[in-house]
Amino acid sequence: MGKTIAEKIFAAHLRDKPTPENMILDIDVVMCHEITTPIAITDLEARGMDRVFDTNKIKVVIDHVTPSKDSKTATQAKILRDWARRHKIKDFFDIGFNGVCHAIFPEKGFIRPGYTVIMGDSHTCTHGAFGAFAAGIGTTDLEVGILKGVCAFLKPETIKITIKGTLADGVSAKDVILNIIKKLTVNGATNKVMEFVGPVIDKMSMESRMTLCNMAIEAGGTSGICMPDQVTAQYLWPFIKDEYESLEIAVKDFKQWHSDPDAVYAKELTFDVSDLEPQVTYGYKPDEVKDITAMEGTPIDQVYIGSCTNGRIEDLRSAARILKDRKIADTTRGILSPATPQVYSQALEEGIIKIFMDAGFCVTNPTCGACLGMSNGVLAEGEICASTTNRNFNGRMGKGGIVHLMSPLSAAAAAVKGHITDPRKLL
Amino acid sequence: MKDFGGKALFLDRSDINTDEIIPAKYLTENTKMALQPFILEDLKLGGFNPRTDIQGKGAIITRANFGCGSSREHAVWVFEVNDINIVIAESFARIFRQNMYNCGMLAVELLPSEIDAITALGNEVEIAVDLATCTISAKNGAKELSFTFSINEFDKELVENGGWLTYADNKY
Ligand code: SF4
Repeated sequence: MGKTIAEKIFAAHLRDKPTPENMILDIDVVMCHEITTPIAITDLEARGMDRVFDTNKIKVVIDHVTPSKDSKTATQAKILRDWARRHKIKDFFDIGFNGVCHAIFPEKGFIRPGYTVIMGDSHTCTHGAFGAFAAGIGTTDLEVGILKGVCAFLKPETIKITIKGTLADGVSAKDVILNIIKKLTVNGATNKVMEFVGPVIDKMSMESRMTLCNMAIEAGGTSGICMPDQVTAQYLWPFIKDEYESLEIAVKDFKQWHSDPDAVYAKELTFDVSDLEPQVTYGYKPDEVKDITAMEGTPIDQVYIGSCTNGRIEDLRSAARILKDRKIADTTRGILSPATPQVYSQALEEGIIKIFMDAGFCVTNPTCGACLGMSNGVLAEGEICASTTNRNFNGRMGKGGIVHLMSPLSAAAAAVKGHITDPRKLL
Repeated sequence: MKDFGGKALFLDRSDINTDEIIPAKYLTENTKMALQPFILEDLKLGGFNPRTDIQGKGAIITRANFGCGSSREHAVWVFEVNDINIVIAESFARIFRQNMYNCGMLAVELLPSEIDAITALGNEVEIAVDLATCTISAKNGAKELSFTFSINEFDKELVENGGWLTYADNKY
């Protein structure tokens, strides 16, 4: 019987199997940020367990509220910073070098096909774009990860999602994943790995694949996952060129992780995206999704472009297509948070930052900021935000605020018009 | 091992997410106790008032996909510091459920019809759990119902060990 990619990764990392359903895996990368890690550090210290299993496998970033906005967030950053220094963790990204975790760690080449990756953050599923098994975990799991380099998971069951057809201009990975979540609902993939395959995925950039995998958790999925291929190898090439003689050899090696043709799936779904329109959420759940034309005219107070979902260079380029030589509507304000310093400086070089600024956007440093309603663009009661983030939960971007999730292109169009509108009309 | 159960708090809605259980702005607190007043502050549920309705409750009865959203274990701790140590639901989001067992607390699944039956008992329901026989009893005065639930052996060991950290430290 064939195996899925997730089953192959589990088999290669199996440390223990306390029951036929529960598998304890060795972890390749334990990632840490300043919101969920400090309390783990403090607890480990209190228990006399202030140790780390492997300083090279722990990656640390301050990203959620940075620079710190008050003494509490400064204390969280300090606890993390002191700990990273104390344990001589070399991959630690502080102010000046820091960016949103799920954007910066892939950029540094930390995630490789076949890896197991955990973080005290639900959007860890993003890293499955590299053909890794990557899952969000809580603080106790994080403590055990830091201390022992292991984590417990249920035997992986997989939903195979085949995306076929051709995406029209103006329709992107964000629209595809919103449409998938609409179909699956917010718990349609609970305890399942979501495997994305098909011609549309084959053609997608790593950025788009990350957008897709990022929102697997919004359908309840444990990890999103894509088959590592030529596109993956190309992206990783600067980091793996000493390990492989050629790109072709790397691509061939990555094939060991591909799901077998006779692998068994919990469910198989096929989406034809040729007629897909830009998608947008309404309500307070990410499965409450409509075609953008059905929401045409909804007034927007704030536009937010950024986050681990859509704060990468490809996203900024796509929004800039619409913002070029245009201005934000008088009734609307715009905020751009490039996800990492590398994205920021590349956008500067390409003249994209100027396009945003000329349009009237405020450009912030790389941070999560407004995405979770912590800083840099928190909404007031009753305000409506067009956002490229991943959660429209009640209160997510500020108590009483309303969030409509959409693609960078749709968000840019909303900024220009001051209301939700079909971005294809502005291309 | 602690006793599980207590007076029931009914949260009769599906898809209650962790932002509703404890909003992100409180994630800057560095102790579990500091979270206590903010429990379920942003919950969208008609007639529910977190300031008055939590008092004296020990068990939550709710619907499908409880605890979806972020991975924050704060969502479990805020129950713990409010003396709620069991959540009974139709189903759970993966990370929340795991966090409960990792902290040595119980996340128990019952059928929708069983949740209906407990809800029909009225507001003053007392929940008691017998982990040895995997039974839950729900009692309101003379009316009493009992249900069996299943718990995976590994999860049970986590509860018996007081959580995953102790278990993992002993074993790996
Ligand atoms: S950008 Fe938003 S969703 Fe992504 S890690 Fe930061 S807070 Fe979480």
